[in-house]
Amino acid sequence: MSRNDEVAEEVSDCFERRSSEAKRKSPQNFPKPDDNLMTSMNSANNEHKTRTNGDNEDLEPGNLLHADHKPRLLLMGLKRSGKSSISNVVFRKMAPHETLFLETTTTIRKEAMHSFMDFQVWDLPGQIDYLDPDFDAESIFGGVGAMIWVLDAIDNYMEPVSRLTETILHLQHSYPDIKYSVFIHKVDSLTEDFRDDTMRDVRQRITDDLYDAGLENPPITYYGTSIYDHSIFEAFSKVMQGLVPQLPTFEALLNTVSANCRFEKAYLFDVYSKVYIASDTTPVDMKAYELCADLIDIIVDMSEVYGWDRGQDQQETDRSQAVAAPSAESFVSNIKGYHLYLKEINRSALRAQVRQGFRLTIYRNLSFIGISKYSDFEISKVLVDQNMQAFQDTLLKVFPRG
Amino acid sequence: MNSLKKPQKKKVLLMGKSGSGKSSMRSIIFSNYVAKDVRRLGATIDVEHSTVKFLGSLILNLWDCGGQDAFTETYLTSQKSQTFSDVGVLIYVFDVESRSFEGSNPRDLLTYTAVISALAEYSPSAHVFALVHKIDLVQNVFRDSVIQDRTLAIQEYSGVFSKKLKVYGTTIWDQSLYKAWGDIVKSLVPNLHIIDGYLHDLAEETSAEEIILFERATFLTVTNVTSELGERNPYSDRQERLSNVIKTFKHSLSKYTHSSTASHPFSEIAIKAPRFNLILARLTNNTYVLVILPPGDLEIELSRFNIMAAKDRFVELDIMGWAAGDTERLEGKLNGRIKDGR
Repeated sequence: MSRNDEVAEEVSDCFERRSSEAKRKSPQNFPKPDDNLMTSMNSANNEHKTRTNGDNEDLEPGNLLHADHKPRLLLMGLKRSGKSSISNVVFRKMAPHETLFLETTTTIRKEAMHSFMDFQVWDLPGQIDYLDPDFDAESIFGGVGAMIWVLDAIDNYMEPVSRLTETILHLQHSYPDIKYSVFIHKVDSLTEDFRDDTMRDVRQRITDDLYDAGLENPPITYYGTSIYDHSIFEAFSKVMQGLVPQLPTFEALLNTVSANCRFEKAYLFDVYSKVYIASDTTPVDMKAYELCADLIDIIVDMSEVYGWDRGQDQQETDRSQAVAAPSAESFVSNIKGYHLYLKEINRSALRAQVRQGFRLTIYRNLSFIGISKYSDFEISKVLVDQNMQAFQDTLLKVFPRG
Repeated sequence: MNSLKKPQKKKVLLMGKSGSGKSSMRSIIFSNYVAKDVRRLGATIDVEHSTVKFLGSLILNLWDCGGQDAFTETYLTSQKSQTFSDVGVLIYVFDVESRSFEGSNPRDLLTYTAVISALAEYSPSAHVFALVHKIDLVQNVFRDSVIQDRTLAIQEYSGVFSKKLKVYGTTIWDQSLYKAWGDIVKSLVPNLHIIDGYLHDLAEETSAEEIILFERATFLTVTNVTSELGERNPYSDRQERLSNVIKTFKHSLSKYTHSSTASHPFSEIAIKAPRFNLILARLTNNTYVLVILPPGDLEIELSRFNIMAAKDRFVELDIMGWAAGDTERLEGKLNGRIKDGR
């Protein structure tokens, strides 16, 4: 908890905003959002403090970026392309229509996520030219795992395309490992045909420009996104999965679990951002993803409403519950023959870590969701619980920091 | 008791200036539209009548009155008696952005006064609800003061109804719509006290912190029982919030299963969390019940049985509302369904 206290000051401003604006806030029975989210406005010292709290390393602020293994995601793009809206919707649960009131970003905003692994999302203001030689590129681009270029689909996309290719060409020598993703944003306002045309055109232009400059097969993936539906979460999930080195192991694990428990589809979700870290290797069904994301929404909302601290009255039950209910769990039965099963991974995993003296920074907010069509699912739920326990234990071993 | 045997028909008038959002909110509450779908709605011409069954026993005759000046004039002149007689509830919608609300020529309020005086003439016992709609267009910090201002102004023009009048700030984009409509519908449910009594019994049996009864199709709150502990819950807007989130989830389910939104979406949602247990289960054909319990595996299983046991009593209550002749046929149907489902 001491960690929370120290972080509290820095996050207080963003929380005030959250509590007044955001319709959905973080659930209270899931870990406190204090650790999940911070906007320490371009203050390296603050960053330094929060980051080293957990690991007691003494680092000079200048060394930070190298010493730090957190993968970093950059959100870049021209001004008014929707970068801040994206980061607010995905990481702060802002309702999409409320992003209308967002003001122009003027400083680099850093969102730290501590879930399955720690990573940061930096929202870079669009009006600054980062290619200026006077600019300390290392402080921004050093240690970046992935860059998301947000491109406004309903605006003229000539300029952003040329800015992007410039940026890529500029960065590819010094930082060849960066993976690029282009979010062709605001596609919700385009008709389907036009959307495909736009996406094809953007892709063609970028590929051509880079080819002309001598860069073949650039590491770029393209996504059509909109904050008004699930596409933005889906796209973020894909980008994030690119940063997870253990992805094949997760997928294999999920395959095993869903085969043994007769799940049609199984996901490992980060509850807080609704980004999925991994899924089993059956083809991804956008609808199944949406359903799972909505299940998380309803559970988070209900947990928030009823997860308040009941103080004294709770004490007795707290003890019995520590044995009986190690982690949150939810079950939706008989949706036209389907069953939904959600199991929060973190709690018992956390406890295991405490026991073994590990650090507390991984595993928070992770949930497993399975969709089953097996008619006797409810009867065999005990077995599923048992399997989930085994799954959880294995997951713990996969993580490198253990 | 005789009154309970017949279906109760209540006339609900939905009025307000053209484009203020009457049809939009009606579609969201009763026709399973999601907020962004209302763009598709065109202007309402004359009056659109619709009948909505609420709780099976209560039939709402919804008159969605097109708000263009020409129509409003006919309601107040040639169709006056037809429109304003036997009204159970008048819902008057004000557009928060309207430019003719206040000032030298408060047209909105003047029309409203004309409507109110017609209502006072033909149905003096009606309930009046005024909704200050599209409140999402006002920034958060100003909302309360805007609603307060409007409330005072509307009250001033409400004549004999100014005491009974209830004003709500609403928007289709969040739960405020459910808050207003929950209250509107509550004012219409005839056998609320019986349902309340049963719910109290159930709460005692299950030692629940809170029990909320939702109507199936709209997921509006019918009634709720809250224990002493539950009263301390810091979220006072939880009922409408739940209505909102469950309804959203329902849409998502029906999208996944390709089924109609009007059908039964699920038989149960259970959440086991460290601080509470939650069961949202189908109670009768027309209702879902939400039970909040103390944490622990045992509690959730026990109360599942209690809810099952309580089902029969609530089913009876549902049937009481149906026309006498229907009862037998329905009873057979209901029993069949209860056996299928859980």
